[in-house]
Amino acid sequence: MPRVLAPLKNKRKARGERMTSKPIVALADVTKTYGIFTALHAIDLNIAEGEFVTLLGPSGCGKTTTLRLIGGFEQASTGRVAIDGKDVTNSPPFHRPVNTVFQDYALFPHMSVADNIGYGLSVKSNSVPKSERTSRVSDALSMVGLEGMAHRRPGQLSGGQRQRVAMARAIVRRPRVLLLDEPLSALDVKLREGMQVELKRLHRELGITFVMVTHDQTEALALSDRIVVMNQGRIAQIGSPTDLYDNPASPYVADFIGATNLIDVETTDQDNGATTFRLGNGLHIRSNRGRSVKTGKAAIGIRPERLQTAPVEGFNALDCTVLESLFHGDRLRLELGIDGIGKPLFAELARLAASSAQDFAPGRQVTFYVDPADVLVFAGDVP
Amino acid sequence: MMLTRRTFPGFAALFSFPLAWAVLLLIVPYGIMISVGFWTRQFPLFYPDFQFGNYAQIFSDPQYTTVILRTLKIALIVTVCALMLGYPLAYFLVFTVRSAALRNGLYMLVIVPLWVSYLLRTYTWKIILGTDGALNSLLVSTGIVDAPLDIFLYNQTAMVITLVYIFVPFMVMPLFTVLDNIPKRLIEASEDLGVGPFMTFWKVIFPLSLGGVIAGATMTFCLSFGDFVAPVLVGGPDGTMVANLLQTQFGAALNWPLGSALATLVLVLVLVLLQISTRLDRAGHIDLT
Repeated sequence: MPRVLAPLKNKRKARGERMTSKPIVALADVTKTYGIFTALHAIDLNIAEGEFVTLLGPSGCGKTTTLRLIGGFEQASTGRVAIDGKDVTNSPPFHRPVNTVFQDYALFPHMSVADNIGYGLSVKSNSVPKSERTSRVSDALSMVGLEGMAHRRPGQLSGGQRQRVAMARAIVRRPRVLLLDEPLSALDVKLREGMQVELKRLHRELGITFVMVTHDQTEALALSDRIVVMNQGRIAQIGSPTDLYDNPASPYVADFIGATNLIDVETTDQDNGATTFRLGNGLHIRSNRGRSVKTGKAAIGIRPERLQTAPVEGFNALDCTVLESLFHGDRLRLELGIDGIGKPLFAELARLAASSAQDFAPGRQVTFYVDPADVLVFAGDVP
Repeated sequence: MMLTRRTFPGFAALFSFPLAWAVLLLIVPYGIMISVGFWTRQFPLFYPDFQFGNYAQIFSDPQYTTVILRTLKIALIVTVCALMLGYPLAYFLVFTVRSAALRNGLYMLVIVPLWVSYLLRTYTWKIILGTDGALNSLLVSTGIVDAPLDIFLYNQTAMVITLVYIFVPFMVMPLFTVLDNIPKRLIEASEDLGVGPFMTFWKVIFPLSLGGVIAGATMTFCLSFGDFVAPVLVGGPDGTMVANLLQTQFGAALNWPLGSALATLVLVLVLVLLQISTRLDRAGHIDLT
């Protein structure tokens, strides 16, 4: 069992009332422009101590810029950045209590693994006694499971090992905040899943704040306490993984976190939290999500796994034609056509339900049922 | 084998000319030079022979050893000066100039003098440093001195200045390349780990640029070591270098055997230096990927 590097300061990681304490990272009204291009539009973001926060979005959404602003590699055009209550808007990286795990690891090729990890402890201004440095380096090495690799050069390591060295190098200085820039993107799938577990364990053992950038929604869902979904330089939604999945604020979030069937509809009737929508083919769908929308154009979203085959009283019924059926091992993925709706719907059935796969062969007519509580409602058009 | 045989005439046609060129103009002359170095001179003729008298003369006569040591000293000073000027220049171009267009433009300005005749560039310094030269005109017109000084030209300092000016591009080129190839992420990583710009330079940038330092220093040293024009144009009586000595042996002194021995010695010195440089470079080779 590896020794723990830093005391678990933040044992009380109460998931609900985290934001009551002072934020460890605070971005206030931060805008970043490059020439005429605006990478970030007046971002406000508070991150609580000990949190695992993920910045999620497609490339160019501003997530990496946000991370680099916290790390000090970019300067905000306007707005303030504070870390641990101290304004660091104009501080260089070497004066900030944060460390970064870079996407391409950025290990020093001319130094051994041990020298890479000890680098941040060796230079005059922040040096620690040699004996302490040695023990901290070996602690960090065992923390990431690289005992015995101390004297190798980065060039002699595999991708996964380099990743661990980068991690050890970043945590050895006991930063208040660990920044991770797409830390797993360069690894193959198997390795990535293993490292996800490692990351989660490190976060728990270190008790420090993790801020990670990723474009991989499954990674974000699996690891984060909170996810910041970004889109075109703005924050689209902030919330816990379950919150984002169950209550996406916009079609964009619904589509980015998990898959969603988005359908343009007309609101026809609202009454006591239940809303009725008319689809293009005149069919009606009810939702009791309680969100009030104006009469007129709206959009609804249905998660593929919420379409079910067993009839339930009070559920919406959808008569569909199976267009395509794809076997995914543990589940069956169906492409469904509904008369009068331009684009196909996707459904995912657990393997058990698909035991008689013949019923879902292309061309078959199948009725699917959707709980009104599972019909997501968005104002306006599908983007 | 079939393939080789079938394409042989084509290969022969393609390579015969360059091969003949190399043999006739490089290998044969080297052979002649080395063998003449063992000949005997009986004024005014030379006789084929195999004896080490010429080499013995070079090492025993202080006239020759002085010149060889002086040449080494000047080449070393030129190399150090070129490094002191070239490194900051290359560093500035790579790390300070933000715009790529401006950086490449400035880099071209450093390299472009190489396309101007080397003789012309050397001659320029005669004009700058001479008694009626630009430097003296400036000093007189600003009243710093009353009369033109003749201390600038025709000495070893003038040679060093001229050679540094001429060979600095050879120092800047490899340095610019290695510095430009250092991933900027490594510098960010260093600063991220709490290390300021000064120590980042000494701990990350400089070690990773050593290959360029070695390459630039080797080129500058070898080129200065064999230079023959600067001593003639701006060097004084104490400015004679090995190349001038060589020329004299084949000209006025009419001692080809001694000249050949001297030339062989210079060749060996340069080859040894190149070998050391290659070894150093290989030992310090770092995979930047």
